Amino acid sequence: MDHAVYRKEAFEKVTGAARYVGDYETPGLHHAELITSPLPHARIRSVDVRAAVAVPGVRAILTGRESAILCGEVLEDRPPLARGRVRYCGEPVAVVVADCEAAAAEAAQAVRVDYEPLPPVRSVREALAEGAPRVHPDLGSYRIAQQPVAPRAGSNVADHAKVRRGHAPGALAKAEVVVEARYSLPQVDHAAMETRGVRCEILPDGRIELHTCSQAPFEVQKAIATYFRIGVGSVVVHTPLVGGGFGGKAPVQLEVIAVLCAQAIGGRPVKLINSREQDIAASPVGPGLEARVRLGATRAGRLVAAELEYWLDIGAYADSTPRVARAVASACTGPYRTDDVWCDVYCVYTNHTYGTAWRGFGHMPMTFAIERTMDKLAARVGKDPAELRRANLIGPGDRTPTQVELNRNLLGDLPKCLERARELVGWRGRGVRGEGEDRHVRGQGVACFWKTSSSPPNATSGALITLNADGSVNLAVGAVETGAGTKTTAALILAHRLDIPVEQVHLHMDVNTLVDPEHWKTVASMATYMVGQAVLDAAEDAVRQLKHMGGVVLKCSPEDLDVGRGRVFLKDDPDLYVDVKDVAHGYQYPDGDSVGGQVMGRGAYIMRHLTLLDPETGRGMPGPSWTVGAQAVEVELDTRDFTYRILKAVTVLDAGRVINPAVARGVVMGGMSMGLGYGSRECLMYGDGGELLSNQLRTYKVMRAGEEPEAYHVEFVETPQKNAPLGARPIGEHGVLGMPAALASALSAAAGVELDTVPLTPERIWRVVREAGR
Amino acid sequence: MRRDELALDVNGEACRVLARGADTLLEVLRGQLGLTGAKPGCENGDCGACTVIVDGAPIKSCMMLAQEAAGRRVRTVEGLAGTAAQQAFVERFAFQCGYCTSGFLMVAQALCEAHPGADEARMLEWLRSNICRCTGYEEIRAAVRDAVARAKAPAVQGTEPVASASRQG
Ligand code: FES
Repeated sequence: MDHAVYRKEAFEKVTGAARYVGDYETPGLHHAELITSPLPHARIRSVDVRAAVAVPGVRAILTGRESAILCGEVLEDRPPLARGRVRYCGEPVAVVVADCEAAAAEAAQAVRVDYEPLPPVRSVREALAEGAPRVHPDLGSYRIAQQPVAPRAGSNVADHAKVRRGHAPGALAKAEVVVEARYSLPQVDHAAMETRGVRCEILPDGRIELHTCSQAPFEVQKAIATYFRIGVGSVVVHTPLVGGGFGGKAPVQLEVIAVLCAQAIGGRPVKLINSREQDIAASPVGPGLEARVRLGATRAGRLVAAELEYWLDIGAYADSTPRVARAVASACTGPYRTDDVWCDVYCVYTNHTYGTAWRGFGHMPMTFAIERTMDKLAARVGKDPAELRRANLIGPGDRTPTQVELNRNLLGDLPKCLERARELVGWRGRGVRGEGEDRHVRGQGVACFWKTSSSPPNATSGALITLNADGSVNLAVGAVETGAGTKTTAALILAHRLDIPVEQVHLHMDVNTLVDPEHWKTVASMATYMVGQAVLDAAEDAVRQLKHMGGVVLKCSPEDLDVGRGRVFLKDDPDLYVDVKDVAHGYQYPDGDSVGGQVMGRGAYIMRHLTLLDPETGRGMPGPSWTVGAQAVEVELDTRDFTYRILKAVTVLDAGRVINPAVARGVVMGGMSMGLGYGSRECLMYGDGGELLSNQLRTYKVMRAGEEPEAYHVEFVETPQKNAPLGARPIGEHGVLGMPAALASALSAAAGVELDTVPLTPERIWRVVREAGR
Repeated sequence: MRRDELALDVNGEACRVLARGADTLLEVLRGQLGLTGAKPGCENGDCGACTVIVDGAPIKSCMMLAQEAAGRRVRTVEGLAGTAAQQAFVERFAFQCGYCTSGFLMVAQALCEAHPGADEARMLEWLRSNICRCTGYEEIRAAVRDAVARAKAPAVQGTEPVASASRQG
């Protein structure tokens, strides 16, 4: 297990053989093209499709009027195509279906929409202001698809999650030191290199077949069944390899439009793929965050109370953001011990592109707010920022904001992570001037994080194993391969349990809801944990069958046998065995007589002992364990033009047990790169009129080669988690969490000012320095 | 819509396609020749996922009309089998989702051919044309470094084993 294993699909990916959803083209496949709103908020007076219909090859044009469906994972507030009004720039207003891409594009250009502009809600602040325009005048009437959610009718507040532990206002009033800070962080795009897309066909018997690059094919299946009022089993969802997800492919959006398109052309196959511009503007993004943090402490810097308000800029529709709000609430203090905690998390509608899951489920911007405030507290009490954190780390015996009593198994070893991160970055405290008259200044920043799954308490996963006649094993799991190596990890876990080379485990890279066991969603870094449990369960089942067959052949009790290295053997005398291949499909005696049949293992897993958070106090168990870690960044700032180089970026996290080291390291580094991108350059930028300005990869800037840190340091602490497959803790999202905070702290140290937002472009640093009069 | 027949040389094979004047090389490779290794990522030249090699130079195939490619040698990732660049990408874990990989591989291959033994600065200059959202680039740079070194090796030392890099992470 300790050597790196190539991904199962590695050679497909370097030869061009790997197929993604947009790579299939067949004669008769129609193309759909979205018409999207150029305005953030407007009434739709009319849609004129006459010129568009006349384009040769056009088969159908749909607007919001043709369907009454309202969509939403938690709150059903979103029509698949805008109905009556548009609520964000990029909102799909109509869709053209044509026999080829060029005709669809031409017709889309010819659709004329007459808008009556409405005053846009351009920020959380505007949304909450007295007399603000209502993004959803009908907020009180929407159906709730999944509790808990608390929409406040007559306002722009889609949800409010609370934590009430102790009495924070009272404790703050008595605290020796109180620091208060506000933060405003922009929305963030997923910018997966594969844009979102789908193909759909409706079969003559009414079955709906979808091919979609989704992180949640089983959720797509259920949503489509609900919206179109057919049985779940009559919806078949296929997901091939996915070109990056990061949460952006967890929601259900284009699938609904594609089904409407297929219906409109008699069920014939149709393909709907986002352009990059649509992928940024029309499909959901990561929420922005406004935060007000008040921390109370003793003069020595021991935290005593936290009062926290977080407002998520969820844009025009709620999607999964109420779940994000609860995840943020459950981790609201960061991984620090505080007895009195009050926290309010609000989902606030604005006329921005709507929000959904984004890598870390709200924890990245939340961590920014907490960690930057911890630095301020350190400055106030005159302590080293890393030391202040160390002294306040939450530990076994402490309670989380939602009142879960922690132990080492649940939490892992955070002090060790922080200690090692300090060593790796060569911690010297804050700013250090460069040599001599050099205008370059170095600065360091540190951040700690924690995160649990915040998954539904009934999330499930499954695994099916069938044995081949050569003794090799086929494994079917419902988790999607988005790039994190989930399928390969599942194969490794099975290979480990059966004690066979991983090459003897075969699996398909796609997911097909008709044959693969259900897996909730490939999100929350939980795939390995959940799939792994199911795989082990399935392996037990197969082993039991193999032992039974072995007992028949070897004329002994199954209890006397063990399975490994391709054999069923006697525990006491391993030289007495039968090859797995000889019993995999039943056993044939020398005289031809046969017994048994194909060995097939089935395994299932469901989350255990999780609870929904209490609506008043937040009390509840949000996930099966926490993954903790510490991060650090060192920068070198040029004080003449405020450009900077990232010299070091460090992550040390408690992985429980590392299953595939090279892949684990790669996933963490990728997260770090993304977090540094958000810290330094990424931003969904809106103009004064509320229009989206950054809808291309030249305006929405992500990291490019050469912009990465000069050195990445990724290390794992291993405190195995009991009941987790091989002890492995979730690690998929965590690289991103503390990076923007650590970067901002490092740059603040170097520049000698407080940099409290992102992205930290040279221009922004210059402005803050200038305003500070330095 | 009028479509004209075009003769293309793709991966050393003569191909005939029917293309509109506005069709890009990317659309024709994918839609008519079934060469879907080149990916659309932005279709305006920002991301490089569609990179192919035309007459030895890496070209973003979303930015070239199919007509412009007529009479020139086009190579796609499907024509790369057995190259050091591919091997290095596997050994260095230089991809996760793989969507950007074909594009990066074509840049790497063109670099190996144009500048065997290229230094870091040149490597970086070439790699900046493309975007990878999954990795931290360290792995991609390591792979390209290996590939470029191997491209140079045969000229200097004769033969060099291709698949010897460490599997350690
Ligand atoms: S591997 Fe996913 S974009 Fe590069």
